[in-house]
Amino acid sequence: MLADVWLVTHKDLRIEWRSRVTLSQVVPFALTVLVLFGFALDANRGVLNAATSGLFWLTVLFVTVVAVTRSTAIETSDGACRALLLAGIEPSAVFFGKTLAVAVQILGVEILMVGGVLVFYGATVESLPLLLATCAVATVGIAASGTLLGALVAGVRARETVLPVLLLPVLAPVLIAASRAFDDALGVLAVDGWSWLGLLAGFGVVNAALGTLAYGQLLEEA
Amino acid sequence: MSIVALRDAVVLLGRFPALSGVDLEVGASEVVLLQGPNGAGKSTLLRLCAGLLRPHSGRSVVLGHDLSKSRAAVRRSVGLLGHDTALYDDLTVTENLQFLARASRIELTAVGSALERLGVSARLHDVVVGRLSAGQRRRVALAGVALRRPELWLLDEPHAGLDQGGRDLVDGLVSEAAADGATVLVASHELDRTLELKTRRVTIAGGTIIADVADSDAADTDAADSDVADSDAADSDVADSDAADSDAADSDAVDTDVAGVAGGRGS
Repeated sequence: MLADVWLVTHKDLRIEWRSRVTLSQVVPFALTVLVLFGFALDANRGVLNAATSGLFWLTVLFVTVVAVTRSTAIETSDGACRALLLAGIEPSAVFFGKTLAVAVQILGVEILMVGGVLVFYGATVESLPLLLATCAVATVGIAASGTLLGALVAGVRARETVLPVLLLPVLAPVLIAASRAFDDALGVLAVDGWSWLGLLAGFGVVNAALGTLAYGQLLEEA
Repeated sequence: MSIVALRDAVVLLGRFPALSGVDLEVGASEVVLLQGPNGAGKSTLLRLCAGLLRPHSGRSVVLGHDLSKSRAAVRRSVGLLGHDTALYDDLTVTENLQFLARASRIELTAVGSALERLGVSARLHDVVVGRLSAGQRRRVALAGVALRRPELWLLDEPHAGLDQGGRDLVDGLVSEAAADGATVLVASHELDRTLELKTRRVTIAGGTIIADVADSDAADTDAADSDVADSDAADSDVADSDAADSDAADSDAVDTDVAGVAGGRGS
């Protein structure tokens, strides 16, 4: 199972590395959104500082839509997902493999975005462990949920427009919990960020379980 | 033992009955030609036998597995060449087949011989599949099927888009597979080629099998079968000329692409 997970992850990351979609499109998109938010709120520096966490995670959700759309397109192009089914890879291994690949890409973008908010918004990090843990746990949940919904809409016409409509509301709990945890990590609000991390972990576990159960059926329908 | 045993099989695509009341029994080493007009249900029948579709009703057993219960086991033992090639555009020819080999627990050394068997020249091995012509992609996809040495080959228009050399390779591949004891189901409009390979001819129309003729009886029923095939002959002719044109263009495209690769893009 682990070998198949890595096989799928490696394949998706190799495809991403070769197509350079994340590097050439997603990273500039994310940084542009951050800068535009800064332009919009810079007149009131206090509002910008208070909103930094929310803006960061809202941008991550936009990035997720792009990354999941791309991840889904890899399998739907020219019936490629049929190769996965016929090769006999366990659908759950495909799910975790693709989730991991999406998570790695989003995490890479988040690292650059953290640098962005430190430079553009003048934010400061008060708890690096909490900040890193929030990024890691939230990203796994986001990637799992996105991969699952990506498979759900894979067989739908105009899936590129359907995916955000479904995905963004589903990720609302992540936006709330990750923003609160980030508020604590950046010293913006006096909240217990670690307790919000528990909610993020629960979100990830639920989506991983759903993916394990449902991904095979969704892959067949894609 | 029957390799394929369908009894009153019904497959619904949405609410549309793509197959209705199909009875088909195919034994080991048989080469069965599926023929019929466009939309008759040939591709659906192949996808059903590959374990990619769930039968709505009836009894469907492939390689000893009931398709309503254990399609995953069937999928591991069949090789399907569909209308699409099921290849990743951004991986090279070798990477695509190595991925398939690893996933199927096959020695990587088999990749080279499969590509060689399908006449995919060494200069294309490190070219990304998205840069290949349609004919070359088809050869690579066929190499992927051959790589797995399946017990049941399911080939949907295997000659489409291939040049004369490629078509001969496909015929050789089918003959070898049958000689090795594999069973082959071929859906094809190219009756002149496929007739030489088959041991049976099954005619489908409207999602139902309307004729099932063994090789020895074929002469008696050629006239009847040709009536069904005729409706597609015109389409097939047009497609053939298109394919010939595109083959010529494709080979040019490959040459150009390869030159481009050599000159710049790495893979």
